[in-house]
Amino acid sequence: MIKTVVSEDLPVHERLLIYKNVVGAKGKDGKRICIVTGIHGDELEGQYVCYELLRRLNEQTNELHGQVEVYPAINPLGVDSVTRGIPTFDLDMNRIFPGSPNGHMVENVAHQVVEDLKGADLVIDIHSSNIYLYEVPQARISNIYADKLYPMAEKLNLDFIWIHEAATVLEATIAHSLNSANTPTIVVEMGIGMKITREYGDRLVDGILNLLTDMGVWTGNKPTEVTQPIDSRTGDVSFINASRSGVIISALPHGTRVKKGDTICQLVNTLDGTVQEEVKSPVDGLLFTVRSYPIVYEGSLIARIFRDKE
Amino acid sequence: MKQTNIFTMKSPFRDDFAIPGYYFGNGEKTVAIVGSMRGDEIQQLFVASQVVKNLTRLEEAGMISKDHGILVIPSANHYSINIHKRFWAMDNTDINRMFPGYDQGETTQRVAAAIFEAVRGYEYGIQLASYYLSGNFVPHVRVMDTGYQDTDDAKAFGLPYVYVYEPKPFDTCVLNYNWQVFETKAFSVYSGSTDTIEKEMAKMTWLSILRFLDSKGIIKHPCHGGYQPYIFNKSSLHTIVSKQAGLFYVQCKVGQQVRQGDILAKILDPYTGETKTLIESPVNGTIFFAHVRPLIHQHSQMFQILEF
Ligand SMILES: [Zn+2]
Repeated sequence: MIKTVVSEDLPVHERLLIYKNVVGAKGKDGKRICIVTGIHGDELEGQYVCYELLRRLNEQTNELHGQVEVYPAINPLGVDSVTRGIPTFDLDMNRIFPGSPNGHMVENVAHQVVEDLKGADLVIDIHSSNIYLYEVPQARISNIYADKLYPMAEKLNLDFIWIHEAATVLEATIAHSLNSANTPTIVVEMGIGMKITREYGDRLVDGILNLLTDMGVWTGNKPTEVTQPIDSRTGDVSFINASRSGVIISALPHGTRVKKGDTICQLVNTLDGTVQEEVKSPVDGLLFTVRSYPIVYEGSLIARIFRDKE
Repeated sequence: MKQTNIFTMKSPFRDDFAIPGYYFGNGEKTVAIVGSMRGDEIQQLFVASQVVKNLTRLEEAGMISKDHGILVIPSANHYSINIHKRFWAMDNTDINRMFPGYDQGETTQRVAAAIFEAVRGYEYGIQLASYYLSGNFVPHVRVMDTGYQDTDDAKAFGLPYVYVYEPKPFDTCVLNYNWQVFETKAFSVYSGSTDTIEKEMAKMTWLSILRFLDSKGIIKHPCHGGYQPYIFNKSSLHTIVSKQAGLFYVQCKVGQQVRQGDILAKILDPYTGETKTLIESPVNGTIFFAHVRPLIHQHSQMFQILEF
């Protein structure tokens, strides 16, 4: 059943509308699982996940023993205008939660979204990096909620679970706002902005159905095996940032197991036809983030590599 | 005056990027002033440039104290100014959400790190700020309530108001907050508009900075004492939020005193021209902030009234 979560008037003859699709029913002691995406309007991998999850749930409605709610576009103005942020508003939408009824309309919208999601047994917030970087399917969890969330994230058929330090600035994300209100929320990052990577979408849908099975919410078809993710606490993450501005020609795809010294990309000068630098891996490990967008400034992130502890 | 670059970087194809700093006095770390950090902060750039001009004249006339030093960074982001973007040209990140910065990190973290390296350790820090909502403020000094703030010093600007402001989570990454954490007495000065030059308000702002420097004995710049400022916090501000959307027709000015029931604005139906809402002041006070765009969303902040 399609429900309107938010309806706010825009200046001229239009409303800002956020919809959700509610499938199944919660029942007396039943569970409620929410899938949200599109907070960043240029991250579209979640669109496929919403479609494919609903398609599979609709095929076996009798096997669903709880309530699944799908919110495909938390930032509808951004999604529909190829805009990462919210048109007319300055701040990243994922830096204004839990919102407020007294600021800009967008802060009010954030407040209504949080109120709507509160109380769910699980929220999965799907992101797809940004337009510059490719990511392997991974969950991001703040260390303060790791004990609670890791056992669930582990079932999602992901390659990597990154437990990161808590930072004050991240307190304004939807995940933190909900987790601190006792609504377990897992952030998934995968693929890249402005694209749909079908393989990753299928993997996450498999993972969600696997987790729903585990939670007793789903008895329909589920994958026969799921990937056991790498736990970031078993090693460390190296960041490679561009040492100078230029153009990169990538050599290795994300997800590659690299050896120390392998060339990840070349930083070239297209005015004089020279290679400025061979960007090499400083460690052996999993290349879980890699830059796709070719133009870099000094400092632009080129890759992140996970290295196991010896 | 001595000019040096506090950050330089090559771009893939644009002209080289550099952030110049203008030093006055003897090199002591007394006051650091940062102007525009976003590409639309033109009023802030204008004010900072006028401060540089005034300090240059004062230095030539021997009016800067031998015991003190002043650093002015008029702009940290001309790459965005020149192409009419508010945030960093490549990735849309905000330099003023990257402090204290990280010199091995992303580009804007490196820019922030270089600025912070240049401005840390000063006794006083002044930032020419703009707000995340589009609108105009009465010129005022804002001091973050971090537990390290000094509101007495904020009075020395002689601007009409000092707002003691409680930081939100995202404020922990702004310059002002980090200055205070590293024991610089930090002030944000709001000078009316952002992407347009308003000469009167700009002049009031640069004169207030010179007044501050004079009152601390850093320069000699005889001037009148300015205002005896009213110091307040959020509890004195009354926010008026729109119940409807439409054309926003303002009938008042920032700084104006209003009485309860005075009409501040109308929200008009954009097609029929009929008045949908009359916005009245709910209290007696001064209009401290006003939304300036001709359109208003539903449930958005239109005015902040500082209650008497
Ligand atoms: Zn995102």
